[in-house]
Amino acid sequence: MQFIVLIISAAVVNNFVLTYFVGVCPFIGVSKKIDSALSMGIAVTFVMTITATVTWLINRYILIGLGLPFLEYVSYIVVIASLVQFVEMFIKKTSPALYRTLGIFLPLITTNCAILFVALLLTMREYGFLESIVFGIGGGLGFTLAIVIMAGIREQLEVADIPKPFQGAAITLIVAGIIALSFMAFAGMVSA
Amino acid sequence: MKSMSYEFTKGLVKNNPVFVQVLGMCPTLAVTTSVVNGLGMGMATSFVLVSAALIASIMKSLVPGEVRIPVYAVIIATFVTIADLVLRAFFPPLSVSLGPYVPLIVVNCIIMGRIEAFATRNGPLPSVVDALGMGAGFTLSLMVLGAVREIFGNGSIFGFDLFGPSFNPVLVMIMPAGAFLTLGVLMAIFNAVKESSKTVLISAEKPVEA
Repeated sequence: MQFIVLIISAAVVNNFVLTYFVGVCPFIGVSKKIDSALSMGIAVTFVMTITATVTWLINRYILIGLGLPFLEYVSYIVVIASLVQFVEMFIKKTSPALYRTLGIFLPLITTNCAILFVALLLTMREYGFLESIVFGIGGGLGFTLAIVIMAGIREQLEVADIPKPFQGAAITLIVAGIIALSFMAFAGMVSA
Repeated sequence: MKSMSYEFTKGLVKNNPVFVQVLGMCPTLAVTTSVVNGLGMGMATSFVLVSAALIASIMKSLVPGEVRIPVYAVIIATFVTIADLVLRAFFPPLSVSLGPYVPLIVVNCIIMGRIEAFATRNGPLPSVVDALGMGAGFTLSLMVLGAVREIFGNGSIFGFDLFGPSFNPVLVMIMPAGAFLTLGVLMAIFNAVKESSKTVLISAEKPVEA
C-alpha cells in the first residue's frame, strides 16, 4: 500500500515535469509525435529506475560508508553518464529492435535533469532501498504520462492557426502550463 | 575573429539562452518565484559556466574526443559543488529556497552547450567572455521572469510590498502552472519585439560580421 501511494505521488500528484520542472528539455524537444514521446518516456523510466537503484547503493555504501558526502554530485553524474552508455551498449547487443526505437534517445538522457533529480531527491528524503526503486519507477511513469499527453495535444496543434510570435516553444510552454493547471486538481490526494 | 564586445553581447539578446535557445528550462521555471531567487540562481550558474568554460578551453587539447563529455561533466560537477558549499555557508536562506536546483546546475544544458559549441574551439579569453555574456543573458532572463511572477503572485518586488494589503495576489503565478504560462507569454513578447526590430538588428550587426 505504501508503495502504491509513493508511485501515485511521484507520477501524478507531484509529477516531475509539471511540478518540479525537471526533464522539461526533452518534454519540449521530443514531444512532436506520440510514438517518439512514448519511446522517450520508456527509455527515461528504464534509466531512471536503474539510476535510483545504483545511486542508492553508491550513496549508502561508498559515499556515507567512506565519509565522502561532498563528492555526491561528481559521483552521481559519472554514474549516470556511464550507466547511460552501458545501457546503450547492452541494448544494442541484446535487442537491435529495441535499440532502433530507443537508440537516439539514450544519449540525450544523460543531460536529462530528471535522472539526476531522482538521485538527489532520494538521498535528500533518505528513502530506503525498495522505496528508492519504486520512486524511480513512479517518476519515470509520471514523465511518460506528461510527455505523451503533450505529444497528443501538439499533434492537434499542427493544424491550428497559431499567431506568429507564439509559434514554437512559446505555445508549447503555454500548453504545458494548462496541463500543469489541470494536474493541480490532484494536489492533496496524497500528502508528501 | 569577432570582437570581444560581440562575444559578450550576443548572449544578452541575439542568442539569449532562455528566450532564443530555449536551454536550461528546469532552473528557469523552477526557481523564479521571486527576483532574488532568479538572481541567485543566475549568479551561481554564471560562476559555474565561466569557470568550466575557462578550464575546458585550457584543457581542450588534452582531452580525447571520445571521453570529452564525461570529463566536462566532472569539471562542471566540481564547480557546482563549490558553488553549493559557498551558498550553504554564506547565503543559507537562498540555499534553502533554491533547494535541489543548485546541484541540478550540473545538467544545465547551457553550460555543456557553451563548452561544446564555443570553449573547445576558442582560446581561454574569448571563452570566458562568451560565458560571461551567456551567464548575464541567463541571469537577466531569470530576473525578468522572477519579477513578473513576484509582482503578480506576491504583490512585491525584491521582497518589498508594492500594492499594500488590499492587493489580492494571483496565486497561480507562483505555482508551477504560472511558471509555464509566464515564460510562454514572455517568449511570445520577445519574439514579437525581435521580429519588429529585425531590420534594425541586421543593419547594426553588419559591420561586426564583416
